[in-house]
Amino acid sequence: MSLLVFVLLLVSVSLGSVSIPLSDIFDILSGGESTKSSWDLIVLNFRLPKAITAILVGSGLAISGLLMQTLFRNPLAGPFVLGISSGASLGVALLVLGSSIFGGVLARLALYNWAIALASSLGAALVLLAVLLAARKVRNTMSILIIGLMFGTVTVAIISVLTFFSDAQQIQQYIFWSFGSLGNLSWQEIWILITIYLTGIIGILFVIKPLNSLLLGENYAKSMGIDIRFSRNVILMITSLLTGVITAFAGPIAFIGLAVPHITKLIFKTSNHRILLPAVGLLGAIILLICDMIAQLPMSEYTLPINAVTSLFGAPVVIWLLVRKKKVYV
Amino acid sequence: MSPSNSHIILECKALSVGYTNKKKSIEIQKDINLEVRKGEFVAVLGRNGIGKSTLLRTITKVQNPLHGSVLINQKNLQSFNALELSNKVSVVLTERLPESQLTVFELVALGRQPYTNWMGLLTENDHQKVLWALEQTETLEFADKHFYELSDGQLQRVMIARALAQDTDIIVLDEPTAHLDMHHTIKIFQLLKQLVQDTQKTIIISSHQVNLAIQLADQIVLITEKEVTSGVLKELIERKAFDELFPSEILNFDPALEQFVLQKK
Repeated sequence: MSLLVFVLLLVSVSLGSVSIPLSDIFDILSGGESTKSSWDLIVLNFRLPKAITAILVGSGLAISGLLMQTLFRNPLAGPFVLGISSGASLGVALLVLGSSIFGGVLARLALYNWAIALASSLGAALVLLAVLLAARKVRNTMSILIIGLMFGTVTVAIISVLTFFSDAQQIQQYIFWSFGSLGNLSWQEIWILITIYLTGIIGILFVIKPLNSLLLGENYAKSMGIDIRFSRNVILMITSLLTGVITAFAGPIAFIGLAVPHITKLIFKTSNHRILLPAVGLLGAIILLICDMIAQLPMSEYTLPINAVTSLFGAPVVIWLLVRKKKVYV
Repeated sequence: MSPSNSHIILECKALSVGYTNKKKSIEIQKDINLEVRKGEFVAVLGRNGIGKSTLLRTITKVQNPLHGSVLINQKNLQSFNALELSNKVSVVLTERLPESQLTVFELVALGRQPYTNWMGLLTENDHQKVLWALEQTETLEFADKHFYELSDGQLQRVMIARALAQDTDIIVLDEPTAHLDMHHTIKIFQLLKQLVQDTQKTIIISSHQVNLAIQLADQIVLITEKEVTSGVLKELIERKAFDELFPSEILNFDPALEQFVLQKK
């Protein structure tokens, strides 16, 4: 599977509105010179960062989804249910849409990419903090899920109020962000993403055992010596960190987190997280790379919003899962 | 009898069990004094809602005592952390398992978690313990099946195997025969009795199978509205303790038969 990721990375890099021969791609990637210097620029500064972003975003969201599904013992859980990505959206909406209402400093900040990423991270962190505070009060994990959903609903409501009072230009800017995009990251931002991603992955290694015991439910996990509250907080923190930062840089990308864990469980027919976690991560990367290629509409100059492609792909998968739920034990 | 047989492994002293919410506490049973020995099969009996499960949850530290204390090997239960307790007490609960793709072997192997490393990898010794637990419960033939393919009776034996694999001195089972037919109910009781004899483990169950439980249990704990009493069958019959267990218009305890019988009109 990791080989497939590598092949898809190459294919992804070689596809685009400017056609570049594969031999030149190899030359560029191995540090050599290609026939045209503009090709170097396209591959190294545009296509390669985009493909790497797709891999990080795809696997990060898919792993977050798996963590949520196991923690909440609910096949419909995903990184979106805790309201984390809604929080990120709220942060961006306040910045972008708020600028037309409040004007001044906000209006100038909204023009910068990093300001949007910061607003999104802050929004995600704020909702995470609220959910973690609620988690300390509430024992029942299912209640935390519902609280997360409620936070999501509230943020959507606030965003629609903001939209109502904003002018067309700001609304357009916000909508473009919410389409999701893998291509806007500089190398510097990618390094930040890689650092956060690796931090999350290392954290996950230490919760594999609690995750497996949670397959029997919290009471059994506790009776087998697992510190439930600690494990739950670690899992929530990793998920929020991954989802928050990914959403900050790439926008709210739908369905990967929900659908990929299901597809992986169907293929591998196991619930053991020692196998599932790497498999989900790789499949998430593969699927988002493919979605990104479809989004570029090969042979044309148009690029579809990535969020539209993942949703078009994800929604039927979820419907199909529910229809044959009788037979699926996820 | 060897001296280890008289070793008291679990003790309740002036224990009150119940629930607390905010500032109010609701006491369900109070002044419970119990002594459970190593290698004893203990049945906790009482009608619905009388506090059987509450008592079992309190001695397994799922909920805290309102007053009094629970001692395991003379050590207060409250001073155990989750990992220490998982070496002493394993459980079989009434709750349904969440959906997953676990196989029977993987499920039983999860019982080894207190002993495995941070990644949860099984050593050769762990592997042997799991196989032993599967053999003891006659579930080895299902080892590679997914747990959701099993019948209720088979699954209950697998859950007992998981508790066995956890290698604890005490196993606590909350209504282990709740959804089972007569045949499988008796089979589970026989299995538990056999395990007590073969392994010298202490097994504590709550049950509504009163007639079966009083035949097989070494110690019977009766929970009534007035009090919690315990003892061996003969003692309890002499004390006429069974008369309090159910409202006597429908069911009567027959001391000669040592069984509850239906009141005939």
